[in-house]
Amino acid sequence: MSDSKVDKQRVEGIERRRFLKCMAWAGAGVVWVMNAGVLTSCNLVPGGKGSGKGLFSFLQVSDSHIGFNKDPNHDATQTFQEAISRINAMEDQPAFLIHTGDITQLSKPEEFDTAQQVLKGAKVKQVFYTPGEHDVFTDEGKSYLERFGKGTQGQGWQSFDYQGVHFVGLVNVLNLKQGSGTGLGGSGFGQLGQEQLGWLEKDVKGLSNSMPVVVFTHIPLWTIYPDWGWGTDDGAQALSLLKRFGSVTVLNGHIHQIMQKVEGNITFHTARSTAFPQPAPGTAPAPGPMKDVPAEKLRGMLGLTSVSLVSNDGPLAVLDSTLA
Amino acid sequence: MSLLGLLAAACDQATSGSGYGGEGANARAGATPGVAPSVGGSAAVKPTPRAGATAPASAEANQKADKNQVVIENFSFKPATLNVKVGASVTWVNRDDVPHTANDTENRFKSGTLDTDGEFSFTFKSPGTYNYFCALHPKMTGQIVVK
Repeated sequence: MSDSKVDKQRVEGIERRRFLKCMAWAGAGVVWVMNAGVLTSCNLVPGGKGSGKGLFSFLQVSDSHIGFNKDPNHDATQTFQEAISRINAMEDQPAFLIHTGDITQLSKPEEFDTAQQVLKGAKVKQVFYTPGEHDVFTDEGKSYLERFGKGTQGQGWQSFDYQGVHFVGLVNVLNLKQGSGTGLGGSGFGQLGQEQLGWLEKDVKGLSNSMPVVVFTHIPLWTIYPDWGWGTDDGAQALSLLKRFGSVTVLNGHIHQIMQKVEGNITFHTARSTAFPQPAPGTAPAPGPMKDVPAEKLRGMLGLTSVSLVSNDGPLAVLDSTLA
Repeated sequence: MSLLGLLAAACDQATSGSGYGGEGANARAGATPGVAPSVGGSAAVKPTPRAGATAPASAEANQKADKNQVVIENFSFKPATLNVKVGASVTWVNRDDVPHTANDTENRFKSGTLDTDGEFSFTFKSPGTYNYFCALHPKMTGQIVVK
């Protein structure tokens, strides 16, 4: 977990160069086409429609932080609602939604209620969840699991197959260890734990190497920035169980900005928040909301992510769009 | 982290029960004047400070208060290590725009959610070293040394 510089360089190398190029070309919508785990092209997305007719697509929303009401966004419910409206307006409706956590700001019952109410307005009825630390920190996830844990195992992890793709939802925001600095050796990172890793090992054991796998979890499974705790302690153990697969796509939230990295056949992707942006690693004294974002620019920094299976032999297309 | 959460009210109760923090602890200079809370009570979470705490007599109290206060600012606990005597009450106050918590690594105290300007007090009755962290940002750590 000490390879942050390498990671960061990789991130910047891939992210900035190619991403900015795409942005210049495409404006608000960007399609990443992954071929055997490698990003190969990007295309303009007309009117929020997916690129090419995939076999199916699903939508990722993240970090809605319902209840957040400070700068730069005094109404996180409104922006979450806008994200859902965007999805409802899509010509090709996604098969389902995945919310990658921090549904709420403070795990308050009324915040969960509001989030569920907004999601009820989505045309897509099937929503899969994984919690963020904001959803579980007051009660070890009890109220989160009561609402969203149906059909999940352990502390909320789950897997399912959809049209030949294996989906795995992991939970890495429980049993967090305190960060380093007091001699206890913790990193302040996300944590999967041995029980969940054991479950994952069994879960993927019988699957063919050619089956595309999509993993979704809140905190990035790869180390993005250790100083801010942006990584998962035992993420590498989970990834080692997935290395044999020809196409693995890992979707995270937590950092409220897009970052992408490719490692072998594994593509990592973090999503924007629908509530507020966070600074790029190391560009501010601390993580947290970017308070001084002007109102007219806010929605350009919020967004959602669409993922499509284009063909059966692996390539998945990831599309990020903003709320602007 | 299983105790507090669920019920926002439980946070207040739990903190009230575990600390007293009434006197000195909340006498912040320059803080909002207004209702003077019944000082000397046992409520631990007390956002309103004592009004008009400017008399010389309170300077001492202030000093004492500062000594036993941990300010949460820019995602860090300041001071990171605080030395206090057995029986002392320590008050945490969150000056960030982001919620934080102060949770003992051995579960001897938990602040519950501290939103902006939220406070939490705990009375340390036994000597020892208490390592704590923020449950939302576990990178944030601190230590209370009780002698």
